[in-house]
Amino acid sequence: MSYHSFLLEPISCHSWNKDRTQIALCPNNHDVHIYKKDGTKWTKIHELKEHNGQVTGIDWAPESNRIVTCGTDRNAYVWSLKGEVWKPTLVILRINRAARCVSWSPKENKFAVGSGSRLISICYFEQENDWWVCKHIKKPIRSTVLSLDWHPNNVLLAAGSCDFKCRVFSAYIKEVEEKPGPTVWGSKMPFGEVLFESGPSGVSGGAGDGAGGGWVHGVCFSHSGNRLAWTSHDSTVAIAEGGKTSTISSLSSETLPLLCVSFITENSLVAAGHDCYPVLFVYDGTKGSVTFGGKLDVPKQTSQRGISARERFQNLDRRATSSETTEQGLESLHKNSISQISVLEGGKSKCSTFCTTGMDGGMVTWDVKSLESALKDLKIV
Amino acid sequence: MAKNTLSSRFRKLDIDEFDENKFVDDHDEAVDNQGPDGAEIDNLIRQGDMMTAFHIALRNPPVNTKNPAIKERALAIVLRVLTSFKSSDIEPAVKSLDRSGVDLLMKYIYRGFKKPSDNSSAILLQWHEKAFAVGGLGSIVRVLTARKTV
Repeated sequence: MSYHSFLLEPISCHSWNKDRTQIALCPNNHDVHIYKKDGTKWTKIHELKEHNGQVTGIDWAPESNRIVTCGTDRNAYVWSLKGEVWKPTLVILRINRAARCVSWSPKENKFAVGSGSRLISICYFEQENDWWVCKHIKKPIRSTVLSLDWHPNNVLLAAGSCDFKCRVFSAYIKEVEEKPGPTVWGSKMPFGEVLFESGPSGVSGGAGDGAGGGWVHGVCFSHSGNRLAWTSHDSTVAIAEGGKTSTISSLSSETLPLLCVSFITENSLVAAGHDCYPVLFVYDGTKGSVTFGGKLDVPKQTSQRGISARERFQNLDRRATSSETTEQGLESLHKNSISQISVLEGGKSKCSTFCTTGMDGGMVTWDVKSLESALKDLKIV
Repeated sequence: MAKNTLSSRFRKLDIDEFDENKFVDDHDEAVDNQGPDGAEIDNLIRQGDMMTAFHIALRNPPVNTKNPAIKERALAIVLRVLTSFKSSDIEPAVKSLDRSGVDLLMKYIYRGFKKPSDNSSAILLQWHEKAFAVGGLGSIVRVLTARKTV
């Protein structure tokens, strides 16, 4: 587990290139900085300055080596590397509020942008006009779209939004692709069709009394695309399995809300959020239940020195407890909320390394094998 | 010129009500949850059977109705049960609840905090401590984010 502190400000968003030697991130301003890995050091090699507002989403297409960025200035740019310089191309999204998240499709022929205008823009390149064109998915979204994830078939798109629901849409663009075959989520997929919508809360498992749910912060399809996981602001994580019995299993956790989630195998997912450490959840397909797998973080080095009487009274005065811990700060690697998690090696089916960035301006790369050995009782199925 | 001489009647208008994009919750028509039965609870409290009174009080929470009278009545009943508990009995009572029960209990506790009476705060704080030990920060977050309040 290596922690690298890039900045003092939060990292708004990040994305890695194909061979994981370069990272593009936004240091909480209008630019995108690209850093290159030099052994253990990181050097800034590019600064992409074009946006007029904070950059809220970055995605780096691995095969075609293009970067798409979106920002609060209601624009998105597609950057291509020409020689040594990244050249932007403006994409008109036709939105009247900030863009919040962006994601290339698996085949990289289109990308989706979620925005505060309560719609998703699906953008594709039109050859005749040499221009990026966009189509909108509006119904039935009623609030800001916070997170997006594509299904491996390049057509289905999961969107989590502030109207407390997670939905699966079809983003089929007939100009750029063939009609998709049927999947577990449905077989008829015209553009904009809603194939799945989560209820206000989980149906089985956790919050059974219909507590209303919260903003859906992170969504993720599993590697096969048959499972969809999302985390929401009422501290729950839920998984739905596509199919005739679209069952939703959810777990109300005891932690603060989780902001981002990713599958690391078909049955396990890692999520992280305001608690500043990643957490493992295990999904049991046969029982349809989500269980807490463990806290993934550097184990605490407990100092064995005793605590003097004076310190005890001081703690009582300052913190209302006379407990032993003289640890002033957080015990986790990240010192502030984790806002994004990305899989580095192994894909979503057999992830071996993943990376988290957060509001403390730091980035941590986590190695699954060493986590498994370092923390006992951790089983990744 | 310290006084505003123009009309300020517009300030009494709630402009958000007229916003055509205003978010309205999906209506849930379930009307069976009318809150616990007051008479039954009274009986049990008199007999001293606190655990059963507690469980019955937490059944049928009026989360779906918009009628404030029903919610007030339910709240009063639950608070009566919570305040008649002995401190030592609180922990086993909380342990006997499941996840959603703990969330529901937290909701009632916070509603009870809103209108403190003579002794209620002290006992509610003890309830809060025990419920927090089981439910964690997540249960408090769920009190804050719940659309269907108790």
